[in-house]
Amino acid sequence: MTADAIAEAPPTDFAPDIDWGGPAPTRTVAAYGFWIFLLSDIIMFSALFAAYAVLSGDTAGGPTGRDLFDLRNVFIETACLLFSSYACGLMALSAEAHHRGRFVLFAAVTLVLGAAFLFIEGSEFARNINDGAGPSRSAFLSAFFALVGMHGAHVGSGLVWLLYMVAQVVAKGFRPRVLRRLLCFSLFWHALDIVWVGVFTLVYLMGAR
Amino acid sequence: MLGRLTWSAIPLNEPIPLVASAVVLTIIFGVLGIITIKGWWPYLWKEWLTSVDHKRIGVMYVFLALIMLLRGFSDAIMMRSQQALAIGDAQGYLPPEHYNQIFSAHGTIMIFFVAMPFVVGLMNFVAPLQIGARDVAFPVLNSVSFWLTAAGALLINLSLFIGNFARTGWMGYPPLSGLAFSPDVGVDYYLWSLQISGVGTIMAGINIVTTILKLRAPGMTYFRMPIFCWTALASSMLMIAAFPILAATFIIQILDRYLGMHFFTNDGGGNAMLYVNLFWAWGHPEVYILILPMFGVFSEVIATFSGKALFDYRSMVLAALAICVLSFMVWLHHFFTMGAGADVNAFFGIMSMIIAVPTGVKVFNWLFTLFHGKIVYEAPTMWAIGFMVTFVVGGMTGVLLAVPPIDFVVHNSVFLVAHFHNVIIGGVLFGAFAALNYWFPKAFGFTLDRRLGQATFWCWFIGFYLAFMPLYVLGLSGMTRRLQHIAHPEWRPLLLIAFLGVLVIFIGILCQIAQIVVSIRTRESRRDMNGDPWNGRTLEWATTSPPPPYNFAVLPEVQSVDAFWEMKQTGRTGVAAAYGPIEVPRNSATGFITAFFAVVMGFAAIWHIWWLALPALLAIVATAMIFGWRDDREREIPVAEIARLERARLNPRSAA
Repeated sequence: MTADAIAEAPPTDFAPDIDWGGPAPTRTVAAYGFWIFLLSDIIMFSALFAAYAVLSGDTAGGPTGRDLFDLRNVFIETACLLFSSYACGLMALSAEAHHRGRFVLFAAVTLVLGAAFLFIEGSEFARNINDGAGPSRSAFLSAFFALVGMHGAHVGSGLVWLLYMVAQVVAKGFRPRVLRRLLCFSLFWHALDIVWVGVFTLVYLMGAR
Repeated sequence: MLGRLTWSAIPLNEPIPLVASAVVLTIIFGVLGIITIKGWWPYLWKEWLTSVDHKRIGVMYVFLALIMLLRGFSDAIMMRSQQALAIGDAQGYLPPEHYNQIFSAHGTIMIFFVAMPFVVGLMNFVAPLQIGARDVAFPVLNSVSFWLTAAGALLINLSLFIGNFARTGWMGYPPLSGLAFSPDVGVDYYLWSLQISGVGTIMAGINIVTTILKLRAPGMTYFRMPIFCWTALASSMLMIAAFPILAATFIIQILDRYLGMHFFTNDGGGNAMLYVNLFWAWGHPEVYILILPMFGVFSEVIATFSGKALFDYRSMVLAALAICVLSFMVWLHHFFTMGAGADVNAFFGIMSMIIAVPTGVKVFNWLFTLFHGKIVYEAPTMWAIGFMVTFVVGGMTGVLLAVPPIDFVVHNSVFLVAHFHNVIIGGVLFGAFAALNYWFPKAFGFTLDRRLGQATFWCWFIGFYLAFMPLYVLGLSGMTRRLQHIAHPEWRPLLLIAFLGVLVIFIGILCQIAQIVVSIRTRESRRDMNGDPWNGRTLEWATTSPPPPYNFAVLPEVQSVDAFWEMKQTGRTGVAAAYGPIEVPRNSATGFITAFFAVVMGFAAIWHIWWLALPALLAIVATAMIFGWRDDREREIPVAEIARLERARLNPRSAA
């Protein structure tokens, strides 16, 4: 090839067979963006998991997981969260069907179960702090409170968000924008389950042995 | 009432910060006063502060970066002059207490508030135009991201007037940054300003990835995306993957400092190495977050000014993505000497050297693009060629540092300082200036002055070599970094050369300011009438300069990788037959208000003013809720108005 031929050669096209039809619809874009947010949130959790894994043995002479964790309690707590997620799924179906009564009912179940989860977690925290096993007792307890508390803070903000969404549905009905947000909320609520499975396994099951 | 905040927080007995504060405050109030007298507030509020247009937000990001560059550079002048003066018996003019704050602030500001906003601003401005989109995926979120970054910048600069800044270096390693050894507000300023701006960065990354993956114009398959979009995508994916680690690290450092926890403390079972690992698990991807988009800038600039398609586009894409993945596997090379052992060090040393391979691929592709090209020596071309020379030198010293035994010799010396300035100035900053010259006409509708642009380049280029090559020699001679006083008089000549270099760079900064001022004054003679001043190849040049709010009246049909070049070759650039109405987002003050409360919250948390911090946090939540309740968030531009705007832009002279 001469120099001019190199300079004027048309740009090569590498994937002519796969076509792209143009910008995706708003619902897809919103859900996609929210998925990516959830991924970033899970990475944030993974850093806390890593910190817990590193520090879980550093009890500084204080109580260990075996002294503190009550698996029966945690089982009830886990059940609350998982059933809350199930109710959230039913809530999402009712929203897609534009059935307001059922939507409010399942939202209420989601809320109550989520609140019960938070209550059990809060009383576990309160009991530990009362027993002198607060977050400043040892590195292990710092990591425990930070990891489990961060998940709890997510559940708490999820509850506030859900209340707000119920208010939006009641005030505005099932508009596309409201439905998009409900979709994002469901994704969020289920993602918290996934994180909890990690917490349950790494912190409680492995820690109580 | 005011927590830890008392009158003693104002540095009344320290002349240097006091004078600096006075000057800065005078400038700020002067500018605000001029805006008020001239009655520019309504314009600023409506067209800029509440704008959710990705182009305006991109410009504001870059503006913030340039202002912060002046702040970070003034720290650099102080450090270089202190080291040129305080040799042997002389003590210089900066006490250790103050000097430590200066080098900490210099690093923090240059990375988080110069390089990051510049990179994010460029991606914001350029990527949607290049993919033929009308805006980013989430325009209001975009505004929130920008204003949170600005909030972080404001907080970190408040530490100049009220209280002090961290004395821990920009990495803030514990236990030094823990409560036991840094009990005052310095580290808290560091943590809160970076935490607030970091949230903005994560959201910006989410926005850009979603935009590039979901909003491309019809026909733009992945392998027809402009190379800058690929690098912006890679960089944004790294932001999403890396910044949450930093957020978690700072959250637990805050828990340590505020609630007495024991993550990183010496007592209670804490583990300071955990911080170092987490910090660099973010920190190494961060350097690629900064450099990858600049690789994209150079690719665009070199292709455009050689009049050729980029050499081996596909290997450029693969190299960018390879760097993206590898960047997560090398973090330990930042602390080879901290006792990981020979096997671990060997692994990370080899991984670090492997990163040089895709980078080398890129350098050769740029060379082959230039080869036989009809090269036009505009300012961006010069920055690009200066980059290739400088970055290769910096890369070589990087490979040296990746060899653990060598690292044991030169770690923590100014050899390291020279290395990372070599790649960050020679790579990121040169790229930023190339991009500034290249896309300025797109943003404002007139080109920047060519001769002053070239003068800026030569000052920076020569100044850089004068300032940092001596540091390589000094580092090999055993000079450690962050010295407030130098005990070896024989180092004086090289330190004076380094100081001379920083002065030459200062002239470069003056040239840069002059270039912008002169270009604005002579803008009528340098108008870009057809939107394509450089004979460009990608879609941003297909619309006018500056582009209309909706970017493209009709979404372009993409048929090849250099879409606009192909359109020009085949004559597909004509006017569309008919327009449809276009929906654009309305302005929103959400970002500005959120950032306002974020500043209040951060400031209150730094000074332990709890009655103020909590309501400010609630106000942020309330702002989001009120915004979420609004329904009239878009407005439709009617067809008649689009037709009028399009007539005006296609026939600028007859419309005027």
